[in-house]
Amino acid sequence: MSRNMMAEAIRGGKQAGRRAKAGPKLPFILQFDPMKKGGPWWMPIASVAAALLLCALFIWANGMNPLTVYEKMAAGAFGSSFGISETLVKAIPLLLCGLGVAAAYRISVWNIGAEGQLVVGAIAATAVTIYWPNLPGALYIPVMAAAGMAAGAVWGLFTAYPRTHFGVNELITSLMLNYVALLLLDYLVFGPWRDPAGFNFPGTPLFSPEQQLMTFSGTRLHYGLLFAFVAVVLFAVFYGRTRWGYEMKLLGANPLAAKYAGISVSRHIILVMLVSGGLAGLAGMSEVSGVSHRLMYGISPGYGYTAIIVAWLAKLNPWGMMATSLFVGGLIVGGYSVQTIGLPSSMSLMLQGAILICLIGGEMLGKYKLVRRR
Amino acid sequence: MGRMAVQMLQIVKRFGQVAANDNVDFSVKQGEIHALLGENGAGKSTVMSLLSGMYRADGGDILIHGEAARIRSPRDAMQLGIGMVHQNFRLVPTLTALENIILGEKSRPWRGKAWKQDKAQEIEAICGKFGLSFPIHAPVWQLSVGEQQRVEIVKTLYRGADIILLDEPTSVLTPGEAELLFETLRELKQSGKTMIITTHKLKEVMAVSDRISVMRKGRMIATMDRSVTNTRELAELMVGRQLPEASETAPGCPGNIVLEATGMKVLADHGYPALDGVSFAVKKGEIVGVAGVAGNGQKELAEAIAGLRNWEEGAMTFLGERMEAASIRRRIDKGISLIPEDRMKSGLAGSLDLVDNLMLKSYGSAERFKLGFVRKNRNERWAQGLVDQFDVRTPGLNAPVRGLSGGNQQKLLLAREIDRKPGLMVAVHPTQGLDVGATESVHNMLIGLRDSSAGILLISEDLDEVMKLSDRVLVLYGGKIVGELGKWDIDKERIGRLMAGLGETKEAAG
Repeated sequence: MSRNMMAEAIRGGKQAGRRAKAGPKLPFILQFDPMKKGGPWWMPIASVAAALLLCALFIWANGMNPLTVYEKMAAGAFGSSFGISETLVKAIPLLLCGLGVAAAYRISVWNIGAEGQLVVGAIAATAVTIYWPNLPGALYIPVMAAAGMAAGAVWGLFTAYPRTHFGVNELITSLMLNYVALLLLDYLVFGPWRDPAGFNFPGTPLFSPEQQLMTFSGTRLHYGLLFAFVAVVLFAVFYGRTRWGYEMKLLGANPLAAKYAGISVSRHIILVMLVSGGLAGLAGMSEVSGVSHRLMYGISPGYGYTAIIVAWLAKLNPWGMMATSLFVGGLIVGGYSVQTIGLPSSMSLMLQGAILICLIGGEMLGKYKLVRRR
Repeated sequence: MGRMAVQMLQIVKRFGQVAANDNVDFSVKQGEIHALLGENGAGKSTVMSLLSGMYRADGGDILIHGEAARIRSPRDAMQLGIGMVHQNFRLVPTLTALENIILGEKSRPWRGKAWKQDKAQEIEAICGKFGLSFPIHAPVWQLSVGEQQRVEIVKTLYRGADIILLDEPTSVLTPGEAELLFETLRELKQSGKTMIITTHKLKEVMAVSDRISVMRKGRMIATMDRSVTNTRELAELMVGRQLPEASETAPGCPGNIVLEATGMKVLADHGYPALDGVSFAVKKGEIVGVAGVAGNGQKELAEAIAGLRNWEEGAMTFLGERMEAASIRRRIDKGISLIPEDRMKSGLAGSLDLVDNLMLKSYGSAERFKLGFVRKNRNERWAQGLVDQFDVRTPGLNAPVRGLSGGNQQKLLLAREIDRKPGLMVAVHPTQGLDVGATESVHNMLIGLRDSSAGILLISEDLDEVMKLSDRVLVLYGGKIVGELGKWDIDKERIGRLMAGLGETKEAAG
């Protein structure tokens, strides 16, 4: 019997094998391709389009015409010189923080603490105005900028050091340090630093003119824009042209090969977190000095988190981030303008979320290839 | 007795162009301990993975207890009563042994105290029956390696396995723990379980198994009873007996000593010594081959010389400088070059282009970067020169190297290292996975480097390669050098015996 069964079984097994391969009748199948590292260059654009479509369904289901809504947003963000300058004002911290997190992401250090680094940068810049009220006027901006960057860098170090020396996951520390920074901000503006003449407003006294970043005439757009431009150029030059950039590129591409070439991974994690935090700290300084002109409650509407989208939409490319920070800045400003037609400004948050989901999904799919079924 | 628990008929499994299993026939009797023997890459892990549902065969049939089986996932394997104990345990360190064992069980959603107590009793009963002991309520990370392995075994038993696969079960154990494991295996055999173990340690095979199958290069070479064979025959079967082509490589002319290591002691990842009291020297203009079955300290030897692994004891002198504590960078700058085992994992950065990969070791010099800024044109000219000189076939200097063929990747890697004019090159499996032509090129590059009076330490599992290129051969076994053979008395059988840990027999005096 056993021999018969065996023959039977073999035939059955072979047929079963064929059946298993058949599956649903699509002409193509998705196959994981280890050679591909991510999606093609147009993936970010496609994910934005997909996100807009997805949200259009939502808007339409709520009885509005999505086209009208998007048009309103676009007009609000880019349709007037006021809109454009507001968009640029939002783009500055997004670009600075975006460059910061991108630097870290390039070597797979998952810094999500730009928000906290921005806040401590703002606090440190304000501390300069409070504790050194009599500096020569021309010194204020450079000293405040240096203080902001240093504070952000130290905040970054709080994440980097435990990672390199004790193997603590930087996602957790950087995220938790955001709350530490925000609570420190709350303590200061509700407590010791509150403006005594401010009618209980949770904020410091207004900065003196020499403590404020200059603005372009007639708008709220401030010279922090130059910081951001310079940061983009330096970022591009460092990564493309210098030895340090080469080491970072190698670490990002293959950390083990970098180790075999004698590059210290720990040293670079610390360095990159100093830079990452410093850039976010500079964003914080430019917010207090250029926009609010005082340290106050809720200084950042989540720029540090939104910057993550800015960075990934541009695939961590500095020039690309100039465009994506403008786009995301426009989303925020456009979100305000749809309030006039009865929609909440969280429209822009919904869009941001949808974009991020589509982008991540797209990158995942980008690691697969379509194979014609044989 | 005599019934077959597992039958694999004409199994084919390919990975790209490589046939990991090439029409393999393999059968295991009910209630026996069957050892699957072979060098790394012989295909034994593939057999295990096919049985445990990790891979699916491209061709052939598998019968379990005489019935055709389709094993498409570990779940299918489990339902057929096949359990696998992986070399690297699949345990959640923060959960207790008990929790690990019942993990994934779908019997009921509510898990009260009484239920857990029932489970604990059930598991303790299994442990008691087979003489396996470990603290069942302690988190797994607190358990010793041997205890963790017992948890894994109980896990398979709890899930009803009667065919248990153990992949390299002794590789992480101390000799004492290994002896305990063998006790357990015999215990399990008494109660009718079938076991398949993979290993390349011949003594263990002889100690514990009933039947033995030997694989080599994806093929099943032989299956026999333990009682009719001996370690010597197994060693020969494992490495193959065909005679090496008459040594057509001209010998080198050794000069002064470049590298001298004395009393080298290095730990492996799991914390036990991988090398213990190893001393040797490499001279200018010679290739010293290191032969040995994988896992006898070769990997650690290469890493310790390159500075990737700490020296517990011993001294290393390179070109007159003490270097056992020097940094990786210092060793590179001084002229120690490493061709790593896995070129794409640790030698090259696949997504970067040829220029970037060629600069990997030399980017610190003013030749490549001036005042910290890249000398792009100069580097490209230099890279083009190397590509031409070493005949690396590439679509262009700016192509990512992962697109190159394995042979061209290896030539690129060697070009980079040879261009640095190293005093010592440590080459680990330099021709692994390469075709005949590329292998020849790599061999010629190594010989060329030797003739330019560098010392080369060639670590390879390919005995033919070691015998063809080496001026001297050291044999590593159990973390010690057990034999040294000169160019003119290299004898494959003798090396095979030494590799198997059988020591010198008749020619011992030499």
